[in-house]
Amino acid sequence: MGRLKTITRRTFLVGSSAFAGGVAFGTFLANKELENPLAQNLKAGAATFNPWVLIDEQAITLIVPHMDMGQGVASVQAAMIAEELDLEMDQFKISFGVPDAAYYNTALAAEAVPFRATDTSLTAETMRGLVGSLMKIMGAQVTGGSTTVPDGLNKLRVAGATARETLKLAASVQSGVPVEALTTVSAAVVLPDGQRLPYTALANTAAQLKPVHHDTLRDPSQWRLLGQPMQRLDVVAKSTGTLDYGIDLVFEDMLYAAVNINPRKGAALKAYDDTHAQSMRGVKQVLSVTNGVAVVADNTWRAFKAAAAINCEWAPAPYPAEQADHWQAVADSFTEERLDKVWRDDGDVQANMAATPAVQTEYKAPYVAHQPLEPLNAVIRVGTERVDIWVAHQLPRFAQQKVAAITGHEAEHVYLHQQYAGGSFGHRLEFENVILAAEIGRQLPGETIKLTFTREQDFAQDFTRQIGMARGTGAVANGQVTVMDLQVATVSSSTSQGKRMDTPMPGPDKQITEGAWNLPYAIPHFKVAAYRVPELAPTSSWRSVGASTAGFFADCLLDELIHAAGADPLAERIRLCDEPVAKQVLIEAGRLSGWDQPLPPNRGRGIALVESFGVPVAEVVEVTNTEQGIRIDRVTVVADVGQVIDPINFDNLVKGGVVWGLGHAMNCQITYADGQAEQNNYHRHAGMRFHQCPDIVVKGLENARQIRGIGEPPVPPAAPALANAIFVATGLRIREMPFDQHIDFV
Amino acid sequence: MKLTVNGKSHDIEVEGDMPLLWVLRDELQLMGTKYGCGIAQCGACTVHLNGLAVRSCQVPASAADGMSITTIEGLGQPEALHAVQVAWIEHQVAQCGYCQGGQIMAASSFLQFKPNPSDEDIDRAMSANLCRCGTYPKIREAVKTAAAKLRGEV
Repeated sequence: MGRLKTITRRTFLVGSSAFAGGVAFGTFLANKELENPLAQNLKAGAATFNPWVLIDEQAITLIVPHMDMGQGVASVQAAMIAEELDLEMDQFKISFGVPDAAYYNTALAAEAVPFRATDTSLTAETMRGLVGSLMKIMGAQVTGGSTTVPDGLNKLRVAGATARETLKLAASVQSGVPVEALTTVSAAVVLPDGQRLPYTALANTAAQLKPVHHDTLRDPSQWRLLGQPMQRLDVVAKSTGTLDYGIDLVFEDMLYAAVNINPRKGAALKAYDDTHAQSMRGVKQVLSVTNGVAVVADNTWRAFKAAAAINCEWAPAPYPAEQADHWQAVADSFTEERLDKVWRDDGDVQANMAATPAVQTEYKAPYVAHQPLEPLNAVIRVGTERVDIWVAHQLPRFAQQKVAAITGHEAEHVYLHQQYAGGSFGHRLEFENVILAAEIGRQLPGETIKLTFTREQDFAQDFTRQIGMARGTGAVANGQVTVMDLQVATVSSSTSQGKRMDTPMPGPDKQITEGAWNLPYAIPHFKVAAYRVPELAPTSSWRSVGASTAGFFADCLLDELIHAAGADPLAERIRLCDEPVAKQVLIEAGRLSGWDQPLPPNRGRGIALVESFGVPVAEVVEVTNTEQGIRIDRVTVVADVGQVIDPINFDNLVKGGVVWGLGHAMNCQITYADGQAEQNNYHRHAGMRFHQCPDIVVKGLENARQIRGIGEPPVPPAAPALANAIFVATGLRIREMPFDQHIDFV
Repeated sequence: MKLTVNGKSHDIEVEGDMPLLWVLRDELQLMGTKYGCGIAQCGACTVHLNGLAVRSCQVPASAADGMSITTIEGLGQPEALHAVQVAWIEHQVAQCGYCQGGQIMAASSFLQFKPNPSDEDIDRAMSANLCRCGTYPKIREAVKTAAAKLRGEV
């Protein structure tokens, strides 16, 4: 274990591109079959066939280890197993399982390597394979990077098929009928005479057998569940208030905790006075925690009130106290020393740039917060032998390590009980609630304590999206875009995040220009360079990560160049596009949006295409410039994920991604004053409201070779498509988010 | 003080200024009513007070004394759904679902007064409930379906 841990710490490189150093010594471990965590403490008569299927006399349990933060992956993971196992959706229970290396993510590698998603060269595939091995060695159980479907589609169907074939063998042993004569349907093996042996009745026999590995999968034309509209497993509970999130858990004699942490993120608490708080009703304890204080009380509200009543003297922020200095640091980073990497350099930009560029612009993208609606929370009980923590986390094995380091237990004695999350958007990749819960629990051994963040604490401690700027120039000739030169400077959210994961992220940060360098356009002279801004306030992964900023910069610049060329925004993008899958996405977006239909005055249509997580997404936004401000009337979205596995979730995630992308572009930013975020609740960081929501028309295409996820890719094109539409409707080019600094919205 | 919650009467001894939200959650363990912002910006804590939708984070316990309160659990249960919940399930509105109890409580109250709402009415009634996942298009469809169900048309 010692060696494994060292490898993990030194080489975890998601989002980064320099990984080769850690790969070479991993071959042995990469080929080793991982142990099945379900096999530990298995009840007599219960059968497990692999880490995803457990059957006993009472029930069939499917393990769905990717965390469900609303993207519906609990259902889709189960459906992928059930498809081959011949289960209906109401014939099994699901469990989120335990943190374990067996649940490592097989699809993250695609994001971590510095190749375009469409690059299938030997080098690209080899690197993906190597990084994939690394993920396995590290046991990188990660929910993120829009990977649940690509990670699961093969392995979960194989898990189902293997369980099915083993159950057939068990039925053959019990009945004497040869396996070839058996079929399965609806959680039962069917004998030639029609008799049905329920899987649960076969568990005892199956438990004695070695699982029959079966990786010949059914053709998608035979699918019963996948690719069809499915009712989500959690939809009834979520519509009746009966689904418990982490924040809703109640245990006997549970205590309630709240924290008051230095709002200058990462800075110390110098002194505090808790005299008043100590005397408040229901307060049991005031405890010191890293950079702040915690109150333990008999009720959440009493804990909140008492925590706020503690007078704290805070140390200054370890980053510039004022927002203007953050922007200055970004602006100062377009230098040779700060050049992180030139990610794309087609043709010869310098030689072909006109003396007076057609366009010379600057774009800005601010810090923005995650702020899912369920505030951060965790329930913890620190015992002598074990620690139990109930929390929703995208990196459960890292969270386990964090707790272990604080309580002094071995990581395997930290039992992390995964929960449904009330949203995340990347927020639950971080550890603040986990660390603070562990610090509180360690000081009150044996007690069960629920820590809840107030919304204000959650805002204050949120690690935001990267802040960034871009400078763009280009040239046009004969009605065409001929040169595009984009320089992007952002802080590295991967590096900032890696620090909190105790994991260095060496090498260039691919996320700085993600969504820009990989644009599927054959502009004759096309350069994209990344500049790394020195670390400022801490930042993290925010739904769609780098593409949410670089995608905005790149498509806005292209739109301005197309305008300068006098070309049609859609036609010129189609002409420039040199990837057939992306080109089809553009063509279909044009058709579906009625691009050719003229619009009345004061209305405008804008298009953007950004590719992220391997998925090209085109969005056409239609706006009206009303007396009350800009009204977004309609958005048409076309995306190609190779194959749509869960059509209803696909539709929901695309619409949600558009709302997320538009809403934050309209009115969200985090700014610092006196070292603290100035926005402390939703009234200052609202995102989109119901009445602002347009009609959203969604279409999924299935031309791509590879199957991809859809959780994040709809976000990046929303902001540039909106900016481009506002330009057409008003003549105003908005080059910085949020747009409400320049124009009103209804 | 005495609160009637989902038809059941409770004697509660708490500070008069404790928000109803926390009485429901931490004193009565009714966890369907959610804490989202504490300042009436998100609507996740919406309940019915004598039939009217209110933000329970803004209602002091003392103000609810003697009143009848309905929470999402009281509106309907999985085996006995309210028409609005049926519509929400049909349209598979929920993503993370955390705001949906509040959305359903807002919609079910509003539809009592506007059984045949226009798009503008729906906008006005629902714009104070925040959804970070962006389920608004599905909510709009579900409100229309729910209205039709309540009118007995479907």
